[in-house]
Amino acid sequence: MSFVSVSNVWQKYGNRSILERVNVEIHEGEFISIVGASGCGKSTFLRMLLAQERPHRGTISIDGGPTAKEPNRERGVVFQKYSVFPHLSVRENLVAAESFDTRFGRLSGAKRKAALERADAMLERIGLNHVADQYPAALSGGMQQRLAIGQAMTAKPRILLLDEPFGALDPGTRLQMHDFLLELRDETNMTVFMVTHDLQEGFKLGDRVLVFDKPRWDPHDPGMHGATITYDFDARDGGIPFQLKENADVSA
Amino acid sequence: MRLINQIPARPLVVLLAALPFVAVFIAYAIGSDIRLEANPQDKLLPAPSTIAETAQRLFTEPDRRSKEILLWKDTFASLTRLLGGVGISAALSLMIGLAIGLLPYSRSAFSSFIAVLSMVPPLALLPILFIVFGLGETSKIVLIVIGITPFMTRDLAQRVLEIPQEQIVKAQTLGASSGVIALRVALPQVLPRLISNVRLSLGSAWLFLIAAEAVASNVGLGYRIFLVRRYLAMDVILTYVIWITLLAFVIDWLLKTLSRKAFPWMEAGL
Repeated sequence: MSFVSVSNVWQKYGNRSILERVNVEIHEGEFISIVGASGCGKSTFLRMLLAQERPHRGTISIDGGPTAKEPNRERGVVFQKYSVFPHLSVRENLVAAESFDTRFGRLSGAKRKAALERADAMLERIGLNHVADQYPAALSGGMQQRLAIGQAMTAKPRILLLDEPFGALDPGTRLQMHDFLLELRDETNMTVFMVTHDLQEGFKLGDRVLVFDKPRWDPHDPGMHGATITYDFDARDGGIPFQLKENADVSA
Repeated sequence: MRLINQIPARPLVVLLAALPFVAVFIAYAIGSDIRLEANPQDKLLPAPSTIAETAQRLFTEPDRRSKEILLWKDTFASLTRLLGGVGISAALSLMIGLAIGLLPYSRSAFSSFIAVLSMVPPLALLPILFIVFGLGETSKIVLIVIGITPFMTRDLAQRVLEIPQEQIVKAQTLGASSGVIALRVALPQVLPRLISNVRLSLGSAWLFLIAAEAVASNVGLGYRIFLVRRYLAMDVILTYVIWITLLAFVIDWLLKTLSRKAFPWMEAGL
């Protein structure tokens, strides 16, 4: 029984088709990398999983539920940037993941104390306890993304969506973040979707790599046909037969 | 070296900052001196010493009839009106600005209305305000509110719209309702902007206040200036002008300090 089920999804903006006939079944705990050329609809696909956009046609269901109309706590998200709240300290950003679900967005008394303790445990885990009282703007790019991932995990979503989460980081930090993400994944067995530009990254982290591309191309009307999933690689065990040479050309 | 790369050293900075003030004072003193030389009875440019004496008298000596120090009474009346008007405007613009910035429905309903409203010249409405609200405090406060609220509202709505969409989506994935997003995500991020808006609007607010007081009032800084104008009492007028400038400067400085103290996250990246 699949966990996330995408069936016959189409998306178009006006007359421009973006996606067509997207069908995919995801099992719980799988790490899905989504790759493809710019403008091939992979970010659109992620936004639909996030329910920020609704599909023009078709259904996306998590654990048999209906297609969501707006983002909710079932979905956690980390964007390339702007994923944390600049006006809250690092610790408060984690507490927000629990307190925002209440009536006035605040916790008090024992509940707040418990949330603070959990936040400190999470800070320990993502290695940010030394900057707990600082504001995100004072953090490096990698630390901000770790905070964003920690914040998303604190809300205990059923699927985690990452939209080019390491796109703005330097290569060294990026490798550290890979290790961090893999560790976190081993601990939680969360279902993850990650959009990336970096094929190597996609194969390294993912269990499956979905490639989005346009199967049909009308030279007179490029917006006529949308993209779909053209390849669905099994990337476990280092992506055999697409052997990864670790450290081969990270900078490329 | 290019002019744009020439940076004055610290003592020179202080000196340069003081220079225009000193220059204006000297120019005034010379002008006053020339006129008083020709005619000791001249009232147009009283000597700086005369102004200082008048100022001392105005700040300390009570009025013979009412036994009250008029300057303090005027200051109190004017500041009450000013702060009342600006406070109401700030609260209104914050609420409407958040609504326009966050809710597509209220954006459709109000954004063009506010844009048109901000084009209405407030002083042209002054007679209407006097007719509708009478000559008391209400009409003066309403003039300030009408004068500065539309501009502040438009700016705040714009700031709310400029909050990255990612943050709004993120808050939703954490389970935040529209109210929580307004209260915990949007509001704290536009508050610093509200303060800088208030600082920018204070100039206009003083303008509207003094205009309203000049037309119909019986107490207030603007009223007093226009009253003593009849006697060509330039020393009193100048004292009041300097006093108003000082008040405006202090209020501005207080707001700036408040903004820096209250929103440490604004400067975290610097």
